[in-house]
Amino acid sequence: MKTLLEARDVDVRIGALRVLDRVNFRLEPGEIVTIVGPNGSGKSTFLRTLIGAHQPTSGTVTRADGLRIGYIPQKLQIDSTLPITVARFLNLPSRVGATKVREALAQAGVGDLAQRPMVGLSGGQFQRVLLARALLASPDVLVLDEATQGLDQTGSASFYRQIEEVRQTLGCAVLMVSHELHVVMAASDRVICLNGHVCCEGAPEHVASAPEYRALFGTGTQGALALYRHDHDHAHDEAGNCVHDHQEAHG
Amino acid sequence: MSYLDDFLVRAALAGIGVALAAGPLGCFVVWRRMAYIGDATAHAAILGVALALALSISVSAGIMVVCLLMATAVSGMSGRGLSGDALLGVMAHGTLAFGLVGVSFLQGNRIDLNSYLFGDILAVSPTDLGVIWGGVLIILGLLWWRWSALLTSTMSEDLAFAAGINPRREQFVLTVALALVVAVAIKVVGALLIAALLIIPAATARSLARSPETMAVLAALIGAASALGGLGAAFAFDTPTGPTIVSLAAVFFTVSAMTRLVWGVRGT
Repeated sequence: MKTLLEARDVDVRIGALRVLDRVNFRLEPGEIVTIVGPNGSGKSTFLRTLIGAHQPTSGTVTRADGLRIGYIPQKLQIDSTLPITVARFLNLPSRVGATKVREALAQAGVGDLAQRPMVGLSGGQFQRVLLARALLASPDVLVLDEATQGLDQTGSASFYRQIEEVRQTLGCAVLMVSHELHVVMAASDRVICLNGHVCCEGAPEHVASAPEYRALFGTGTQGALALYRHDHDHAHDEAGNCVHDHQEAHG
Repeated sequence: MSYLDDFLVRAALAGIGVALAAGPLGCFVVWRRMAYIGDATAHAAILGVALALALSISVSAGIMVVCLLMATAVSGMSGRGLSGDALLGVMAHGTLAFGLVGVSFLQGNRIDLNSYLFGDILAVSPTDLGVIWGGVLIILGLLWWRWSALLTSTMSEDLAFAAGINPRREQFVLTVALALVVAVAIKVVGALLIAALLIIPAATARSLARSPETMAVLAALIGAASALGGLGAAFAFDTPTGPTIVSLAAVFFTVSAMTRLVWGVRGT
């Protein structure tokens, strides 16, 4: 099968700021890729560029013909003055019908919420509704932009389990940005560290072989920070192709 | 069309027309938290009046152009994260003040500034009525045509993009509708109270509605009821019509808010 998404030498400038610097990237069918990086490293901009919400200043983004993207944003701020049920929300912008809505909600693990108002949902329910919305497109790739921000650890772990389950059923690729590496890492085929440019990328097993990574599982939320230390320590080659030195200090 | 000879009939039709357009549009103003942008646009109308008089062009056209520029400028600012309350305030009141100063230079035109500030619904001519209803139908047509796309981009720009909708374009549709509603409503309630006609009926409808569509329809009906009732009350008590219409709308809002409070209806 052909590559779903490809970025070649993508530069993005916002004002005078160079947010992305010659980023190269490929996403193959069925693959799970996680993008990590410190705040302000251009992760969200990169995702938005890939899905076409943002134009690269130079370089090219290629999407496979007829590629269907299921996009799951960070928690939306729906104004409490907007009365809308989950079912109606899923029928926007175009009507998909009650059956598809029911199926998508069931697949996302929230089959009983169709008639509930959006503004009354909990964080975890809300994100699952967004997942259901993404599933309506029968996506080739699910794109998650820090989709579990604001959820507690149990909540986000269970959300990612749901994603994993959906992927096994649908066989779609998953591309996600996350801070919670200790949660998503195990399921990822590939991890990319972005800090304006691609710092390093590699299979998680390679990354996991680092002693810092072993510390990750034992130390809970410190894990992600530990991994950054790993990613920015270029002493070990097996973690991926480290491009050059990093000026920034993380953690 | 002899019944149009009656100024009260014309006033009623003008009020209903503006309310029907302002209600649904006002829902978007409320949902998108654009209340202050609506206010700024309406205030800029006075500058439009001054420019139109100075250039001897149609006042409606002058209002339309200035409001369109103002609404584009302020919504562009908010899109870039530059919108400070203060900056919006400077633009809203700056254009209002420059408009007032400008009109004072043109007093030779024996223009009645009050009618633009507070409305003059009893002086609506058959031609005005045509302009008002023309504008109203365009606004309702725009909202009808773009409804789903507008609603989607109101909830999330990212989701809109993902669904192939350009939220910038939808924002522009709202901007045009906003400028239009100011241009047609200025005769009815005046520049100072147009934003009230957008926000109050929509806010009143909120507690009664379970879907965006019913909220829009209810807002239009509540606005129309305010216009008719306000017109009657102004006639009975000899009060200024525009402010009376807005006062009645505010009473409706208070009653609906109280009812909700007393009955403990949840805000969902």
